[in-house]
Amino acid sequence: MSDFETVASSENQAARRGPSGEPGAPNQVGVQKPRSLAGDAWRDLRRNPIFWISLVLVTVVTLMAIVPGLFTANDPQDCVLSRQNAGPSGGAIFGYDFQGCDTYARAVYGSRASLLVGALSALFTGVIALVVGMLAGYFGGWVDAVLSRVIDIVLGIPLLLAAIVLLKRVSTAGPNARITAVIFVLAVLGWTTAARVVRSSVITAKEQDYVAAARMLGAGNGRIMWRHILPNSLAPAIVVLTIALGTFIAAEATLSFLGIGLKAPTISWGQDIDTGRIHMRESSTPLIVPSAFLALTVLAFIMLGDAIRDAFDPKLR
Amino acid sequence: MTNSTVQPTPASATPEGGHLLEVRDLYVEFRTSEGVAKVINGVSYHLDAGETLAVLGESGSGKSVTAQAIMGILDSPPAHVRSGQILYQGHDLLTQPEEQRRQVRGKEIAMIFQDALSALNPVFPVGWQISETLRTREGMSRADARRRAIELMDLVKIPAAERRIGDYPHQFSGGMRQRVMIAMALALNPKVLIADEPTTALDVTVQAQIMDLLADLRRDLGMAMILITHDLGVVAGVADRIAVMYAGRIVEHADVRSLYRAPAHPYTKGLLESIPRLDVRGQELATIRGLPPNLMRIPSGCPFHPRCPYVQQVCVDVVPHDLVLGDGRTSACHFAQEVRDDSAR
Amino acid sequence: MTAPASSTKVRGETILSVDNVVKHFPISQGVLFKKQVGAVKAVDGVSFELRRGETLGVVGESGCGKSTLARLLMRLETPTSGRAILEGRDLFKASGAELRRLRRNMQMVMQDPYTSLNPRMTVGDIIGEPFEIHPDAAPRGSRRKRVQELLDVVGLNPEHINRYPHQFSGGQRQRIGIARALALRPEIIVCDEPVSALDVSIQAQVINLLEQLQDEFGLSYIFIAHDLSVVRHISDRVAVMYLGKIVEIGTEDEIYERATHPYTQALLSAVPVPDPEVRHERNIIRLTGDVPSPADPPSGCRFRTRCWKAQEVCATEEPLTVARAADPHPSACHFAEVRPAAA
Repeated sequence: MSDFETVASSENQAARRGPSGEPGAPNQVGVQKPRSLAGDAWRDLRRNPIFWISLVLVTVVTLMAIVPGLFTANDPQDCVLSRQNAGPSGGAIFGYDFQGCDTYARAVYGSRASLLVGALSALFTGVIALVVGMLAGYFGGWVDAVLSRVIDIVLGIPLLLAAIVLLKRVSTAGPNARITAVIFVLAVLGWTTAARVVRSSVITAKEQDYVAAARMLGAGNGRIMWRHILPNSLAPAIVVLTIALGTFIAAEATLSFLGIGLKAPTISWGQDIDTGRIHMRESSTPLIVPSAFLALTVLAFIMLGDAIRDAFDPKLR
Repeated sequence: MTNSTVQPTPASATPEGGHLLEVRDLYVEFRTSEGVAKVINGVSYHLDAGETLAVLGESGSGKSVTAQAIMGILDSPPAHVRSGQILYQGHDLLTQPEEQRRQVRGKEIAMIFQDALSALNPVFPVGWQISETLRTREGMSRADARRRAIELMDLVKIPAAERRIGDYPHQFSGGMRQRVMIAMALALNPKVLIADEPTTALDVTVQAQIMDLLADLRRDLGMAMILITHDLGVVAGVADRIAVMYAGRIVEHADVRSLYRAPAHPYTKGLLESIPRLDVRGQELATIRGLPPNLMRIPSGCPFHPRCPYVQQVCVDVVPHDLVLGDGRTSACHFAQEVRDDSAR
Repeated sequence: MTAPASSTKVRGETILSVDNVVKHFPISQGVLFKKQVGAVKAVDGVSFELRRGETLGVVGESGCGKSTLARLLMRLETPTSGRAILEGRDLFKASGAELRRLRRNMQMVMQDPYTSLNPRMTVGDIIGEPFEIHPDAAPRGSRRKRVQELLDVVGLNPEHINRYPHQFSGGQRQRIGIARALALRPEIIVCDEPVSALDVSIQAQVINLLEQLQDEFGLSYIFIAHDLSVVRHISDRVAVMYLGKIVEIGTEDEIYERATHPYTQALLSAVPVPDPEVRHERNIIRLTGDVPSPADPPSGCRFRTRCWKAQEVCATEEPLTVARAADPHPSACHFAEVRPAAA
C-alpha cells in the first residue's frame, strides 16, 4: 500500500544536476504569477457542484431572511382562528396552522431570526474557539492549563440553567435585544467543543517539522500561528462549526419553548416547530414545513463547510 | 537482436510440483479514484524448503505487495488480484475459500513487519500476545500457552524471558520488540517466514543481531524464508538467491554472489553503483537518473527504459522476457549479456 | 545565484565552535505539583569545532543525542549549559534580533521530506518564506525570480513554483527543503539524516547535490546520519556519539581506518557490506545487550556495560575525549588501540 502511494504522484522530471542526468529543464521560464492557497481553493470550488448547490441554498435562505416579502405576499401575523389547520388556499401553499396563520409565510419570515441566531452564534463561537484553542494549543504550559480549566468549567455549566439565569434579565426587552441576548448566551456557552477540537489540532500541527523549519528561519510566533498552524488546523473546526450552526438553531427552539428564548412577535422556526410539535396530532404540516426549512438550511451549511474544507486541502485536489 | 547464447523462456518454466511456495505470473492492481495503478505485473518466483530468497526493491517496486498477496492480507479494495496463482504445496491459495486460507496464514506461512511497535498491541503484555495465538489456534490451556510463550521468547534470545513475559511493548527496545514479533510469528511453527524489511527501523548493531537470529532460526527450524528489503547489504549474508524488483516486475534473479559480482540488469547495476561503500571514499556517487515510474503510467516496452543508459529503440517497443544466463540466472533486459559482461569487467 | 559573501574568507578557519554543550530533559512526576525526579541526559558535554568548507559527520545509534544536538544548534531546544560561538557571538545566549541575524548564517535540512514542508503552501511560498521573514535578504520585486533560481540550483524545474509539496516525490521534496535552507545564503547547513528517508537510487542523487552545493557556495556541513557508509562518503571529519557524548572524533581516515574506541570499532564492523566476498573475511564484533537509558547512564565510561575491554577503572573513572597513544586523534577510551583486523 505505502509502496504504491509514494510513487503515485511522482513526475518524471529527471534530477538534472545528477551526473548522469540530462541537460536539464529549460531555465528561460518567465516569472510566473504567484498563486495562493485561497486562490487555488477558489479555482477548485468553482468546479464543485456540491459547492454551487449549497451556495444557492444558502443564498436563498439568506435572501429570505433579508427580504421575506419576495417569497410570500401573505402576512405571517395575520392569523384567523377560523382557518385553523385549514388546507392550502391562495398564497398559503402549505395551508394554515393551529392559530390559523399561513404556515409557509411563517416559515419564510422565521428564517430571519433563526438564521441570525444560527449563523451569528456559530461565527462568534468560531472566533472564541479559534482564539482560545490556538493560544492553549500553541503556547501550552500554564496558558494551556488555565484555558483548559476554563473550557472544562464552561463545559460543566448546564446550558439551560445558565440560559435561564442570563436570559431572565432581558425578559422584558424588545425583540432585537432578545435576539442579541440569545446569540450571546449560545456563543458564550457553546464554544467549548470547538475550542477543544482546535486546541488538539493545533497541538498536532505545532509538532510538525515544517513549524520547526519556519522557526529556524527566524519566524515569530505570529507568523507561525497564522501561516503554518492555522491553515493546517482549521479543517476539523469547520466541520464542528457547521454542525454547531444547526444545533444553535435547534437550541433557540428549546429556549423559546421554555419561554426564555425568542418570543412573539418575533417569528422563528424554533418556536413554530415547537408549537407544531404540540399540535402534531391535529395537523402535521405546521410541524413539517419549518422543520424542512431548518433541515435544508443546516444541510446546506454543512455541505458548504465540507466543500470549503476540501478545497483548502491541496492533497484532495 | 538478442544474443545467440540467450534463450527467451516464459516466466512459468519452472518444473511442476517440487516447490514449497510458488508465485506464478501474478498481476495485482490498485483501483483508485484517480486511475488504475499496476502494482504487480507478472511476478513469478518460487521457494523451496529451507531456502532463503531475498526480494530487493525500492518503494513502489511491489515487493511488499507480493508478500501481502501471499499472506492474503491485501487491502481490497483498492487492491485487486487480476490474474496469477500462488501455489503453496501445490494448492492455489488465491482460489481457496477464506476459511482454508486462514488455516495457512500463521500456521504454514507467517510474516513479520518493519515496524514492530505498531504491529504489537500497546495495551497487552507481550507474553499474552504471543500466547493468544496458541490459545485461539491450538486450543492450548492458559498455563501451557504461557510456558510455550516463554520457550519462544527464549528461542528468539530475549534475556530473562520468564521475568519479562508480563512487560508491555513500550518497555522493550526496538530490537527486543522485533524479537517479540519474530516469536509471535514462530508460535505455530510455520514452514515459511516472510520478513518485510525486518531491520530497517533498527540501528546497525541491532540489525546485525536480528539478521543473525533469523539465519540461526532458519537453520535450526528448517524454515524457508522470504526477506524483503531495499538494502542488499543487510541480506547478502543470509540469502541464497535474490530477486530484484522494479515497477512490479522481477528484473533480475540470481544467486547473491553472481548478482553482486556481475549484475546483468542495468537497474541492478545502477543500484549497486549508487550505494556509498564503507571501504572506499569515492569522488562522486553514480546515480540512476530520473525517478521510479508512476504506476498508473508505466513506460512502454521495458519499464526501466527512460532511466537506462543502455536504452535502444527495441527497449521502447518490446517488453523484454526473462533471459536465462546460465546458473539459473535470469535478467529481463534485451542486453542482459552485454550488461553482465560490462559489470564483470 | 551569486556566491555568498564568504568567498573571501579563509577556508579551513574555525567557523563554529561548540563548547561543552549539555541538554538534560527533566523527568517530572506528579499531576498538580510537579517535581523533578531525574533527567534524560540527551546531550552531556559535547565539544567540537566546525571549519569553513568542511563536512563534519556525526554518527551514532538512535538515542545517542545526535538529533538533539542538531536541534540545540538550531535553537529549537534551549541548552542546559554550554556555548556555541558563531561569528564571535554565543549562539545560545542570543535572542531577538541578534538570534534572527545569526540564524541567517546557519540552516538545517530535515530528515522527513513529508513533514518538513507545509502541505498548504506552494513551493514558491515555502522557498520564498525566508525572504518574507528577512525582507532585506532580497528586494520584494526580485523574490520570485530568486525562488526560481533556487529551484534551478537544486535541480528542480523552476516552472513548478506553483505546485504543492504532495505533487513531488520524496527526493524532490528533499530538494525543496535544501532550496529553502539555501535561500538566506548561510555558511553552515546542519543536515539531520537528510537521505535516510529516501530510496537508495535517490539517496545518491541528493548526496551528490549536497556535495556540488558545498563546492559552489563554500558551505560547511554538519552531517548527522546513522549510515556510516554515507557519512564516510561525504565527510572530512567524523564524530562518533554514544549516550550523549562524543566518544571519538577525527578525520575520516582516522575514524574509518584507525579507530581506537571499541564502540566505533563495533559500529564499523556491524555495517552490512553487500559484497559477499568481503563479508566472509570480515571480523564482526557483536555487541550484546541494549544501549542503557540516557536517564541513568553507567558510571565512568558509558560504553563499559557493552564493552569487551571493560575493567575496574572504566566504572570509576570517566575517560576524556583526548588524543591517545595509539593514534593522535581524540578518543574516549582508557584502552584505546587500533584494531589489528580492522578492514
